[in-house]
Amino acid sequence: MKMWYDYLWILSLSYLILGFFNILFAWLGLICFFTPLVISVVKGTKGYCNRYCGRGQLFSLLGGRFGLSRKRDVPNWMKSKAFRYGFLIFFFIMFFQMLWNTYLVFAGAAELKQVVTLLWTFRVSWQWAYHGELLHPGAAQFAFGFYSVMLTSTILGLITMILFKPRSWCVYCPMGTMTQLICKVKNKE
Amino acid sequence: MAKTTRIPRKAQVMESLCVACGCCVKVCPMKAISIYKGIKAVVDQKLCVGCGKCVKECPASVIEIQEVGP
Ligand code: SF4
Ligand code: SF4
Ligand code: SF4
Repeated sequence: MKMWYDYLWILSLSYLILGFFNILFAWLGLICFFTPLVISVVKGTKGYCNRYCGRGQLFSLLGGRFGLSRKRDVPNWMKSKAFRYGFLIFFFIMFFQMLWNTYLVFAGAAELKQVVTLLWTFRVSWQWAYHGELLHPGAAQFAFGFYSVMLTSTILGLITMILFKPRSWCVYCPMGTMTQLICKVKNKE
Repeated sequence: MAKTTRIPRKAQVMESLCVACGCCVKVCPMKAISIYKGIKAVVDQKLCVGCGKCVKECPASVIEIQEVGP
C-alpha cells in the first residue's frame, strides 16, 4: 500500500523546478540536509533513506517506471568504501568552499555571483531566478551555492541512473554514506 | 516427490557492501527484509521465498539468491 511518504518525490521535483524561478527557494533544501542527520543521530537509523527521501523515489520512478535506466550493475569501484568515503570527503570540501564563498559575500568581501555551478566546474549564469530581494546578498549567495550542490548531485544521479541501476546514486550519495557512518558509530559496529 | 527434495533458494546479502538504502525492503513481497540499525539489510530466512525481486532492485547489486542447505 502506498503511504503519504511515498509521494515525497513530488516535493523533490518541485524543489528543482522552483530553483529556476526564484533561487531563494533553494534554502528549503536544508530540510533534506538536516532531516537525515537528525534521524540518524537521534534514532540511529537510516529512516530518511529508507522512507522519506524524495530524490531516491524520483530516481526509482524515472529509472524504473519510465524505463530510463539500463539497469546494469554498478562497477565494483563505485560501491567500494574507498570511493564512497572519498566522494563524501570531496563533497564536504566543496560544501565548505561554498559556505566560505557565502561568508565572503556576507562579510562584504565579495560580490554576489548570480551563477549556478554545475559539477563543481561549469558556471551557468542564473540571473533570471534572482529578483533583487530585500534579503542580504549573502542569503542569495547561499541559495545559489546550495542549489548548485542540489542540481549537481541530481545530474550525477541521473547519469548513473541511466548507466546503471535506477537508484545507483544511493550507492555513493554523501548523505546516505554519512548517515550510515553515523549509524555505525552510534550502534558501535 | 520433486517438491520435497528441492533445495530452497533464499536471498543472501553481502553485508559489508550494503549501503542500507532500503530499496530491497520496499520491493520484497514477503516483507522479509529489514534494515538493521541503519547499517545493513537483513533477510528473514523464514519469510524469504527466493523470488529475486530484491536482487533486481538493489542499486549496489549486493544481494544474491543462493541455495541454502536443508
Ligand atoms: S542514499 Fe541519498 S538519495 Fe538515496 S535515499 Fe538516501 S539520502 Fe536519498
Ligand atoms: S528474494 Fe523475494 S522474498 Fe526473498 S527477500 Fe528478496 S524480495 Fe523478499
Ligand atoms: S537494496 Fe541493496 S544496498 Fe540497499 S539496503 Fe538492500 S541490500 Fe543493502
